[in-house]
Amino acid sequence: MEYLMGIKGKDFVMVCSDTSAAQQIITIKHDEDKIIPIDNHKLMATSGEPGDRVMFSEFIMANVRLYALRFGASLSTKAVANFTRSEMAKALRQKPYQTNLLIAGFDEGAGPSLYWMDYLATMHSMNIAGTGYGSYFVLSMFDKLWHRDLSQDEAFEMMKKGVVEVKARLVVAPSAFQVKVIDKDGTRLLGKL
Amino acid sequence: MATAALDFSVLAHRPATAAAAESLTEQELCSVGPCQFPLPPVQNLDSFEREVMEYIKPAHGTTTLGFVFKHGIIMAVDSRASMGTYISSQTVKKVIEINPYLLGTMAGGAADCQFWLRNLGMQCRLYELKNGHRITVKAASKLLANTLFGYKGMGLSMGTMIAGWDVGGPGLYYVDSDAQRTKGQIFSVGSGSLYAYGILDDGYNFDMEVEDAIELGQRSIYHATYRDAVSGGTVSVYHVTKDGWKKVRGADVGDLHYKYYPDADQHPTYGASPL
Repeated sequence: MEYLMGIKGKDFVMVCSDTSAAQQIITIKHDEDKIIPIDNHKLMATSGEPGDRVMFSEFIMANVRLYALRFGASLSTKAVANFTRSEMAKALRQKPYQTNLLIAGFDEGAGPSLYWMDYLATMHSMNIAGTGYGSYFVLSMFDKLWHRDLSQDEAFEMMKKGVVEVKARLVVAPSAFQVKVIDKDGTRLLGKL
Repeated sequence: MATAALDFSVLAHRPATAAAAESLTEQELCSVGPCQFPLPPVQNLDSFEREVMEYIKPAHGTTTLGFVFKHGIIMAVDSRASMGTYISSQTVKKVIEINPYLLGTMAGGAADCQFWLRNLGMQCRLYELKNGHRITVKAASKLLANTLFGYKGMGLSMGTMIAGWDVGGPGLYYVDSDAQRTKGQIFSVGSGSLYAYGILDDGYNFDMEVEDAIELGQRSIYHATYRDAVSGGTVSVYHVTKDGWKKVRGADVGDLHYKYYPDADQHPTYGASPL
């Protein structure tokens, strides 16, 4: 089952997702990238119905990039999160996108930000956030481990611990995970777990 | 502050009355690209679709597979169609030849697959005429996924693999009626896919020779048809290379059974006592 976790640190945001693509009871792929770059300093980690997930994230990405081209200025993470929420809310009473997501970004001035959003268009700005059954084990663990001056190394260790816990305790645990980080230098893949 | 004027009209509404459906012009009905159907003039489309699906149960029960290896792509399928417990055909063509460089496989609703893969063939041909070069497998599969996303939740049932050769080499994509689309090296789709995966994953090796790859495809389908009651008939195997696709096998699973197990006592199910 799908798993997303996000950690906001002092000057970065780290997100972890599983990388499996499933069809009923079969895993058809072990290297599906569900952490999509919205632009140089924003990431969107997505889960949910495969078709909706891709279509919605591509729609948001295309519009955010179109905005940047049209107005010669890119949107802040907060603006992108609110735009995404409003599109989700708009779709909710017509043809809902069954997609839960984390939006992570780094802005000059505002610093790092992490937003949690579900398919009902609920949005929260968080320090740690997660979706899926796996997050029930890991949220409590992260509540204990998180502190305000978290370094990237510490956060990566937390992500590793989280994945170990999911693999140990969750019956329907995915087989492979990836971790990406976003900071003033942009986005990087930290590793596969 | 001025915001980007976005055109959402395509997502907006569908005709809910006969009058509205009839008001669609000939142009709109025959427009190029993802086909625009006039929808049934009913109040609740979802419940109507569910009711109608009871009358036209699609032909479920299939085994199809495809994999990429050093010398191209192998696509292999069975040929059985069933309607509930009745085997309605043993000679269905489940590999759909979209054009000389593109293949699609059929699982789920036979009509849905045939129609939409034919429609995809049309879109790909129009792309060629417009742009003067062949469409990539990536783009072709995205066209299909876009079409299926437009009809999501309206009763289509398809699980298809799009395989072909383009400027970037071999390409294999899985696309289904939930609009899921992913690129991959090995896929199997249909009720017999679990059995086929068992053989395929065990025997797969990227560097294998063409003959071994063809045999692996055929054998995977054969074993799936042995275990899966609603898969059977004949095994068809296609090989895709830079020169396009070529059909390389077509064998009856009954004949294959006696070829693989000439002596009945060699078969694992032989002599198992019921007590």
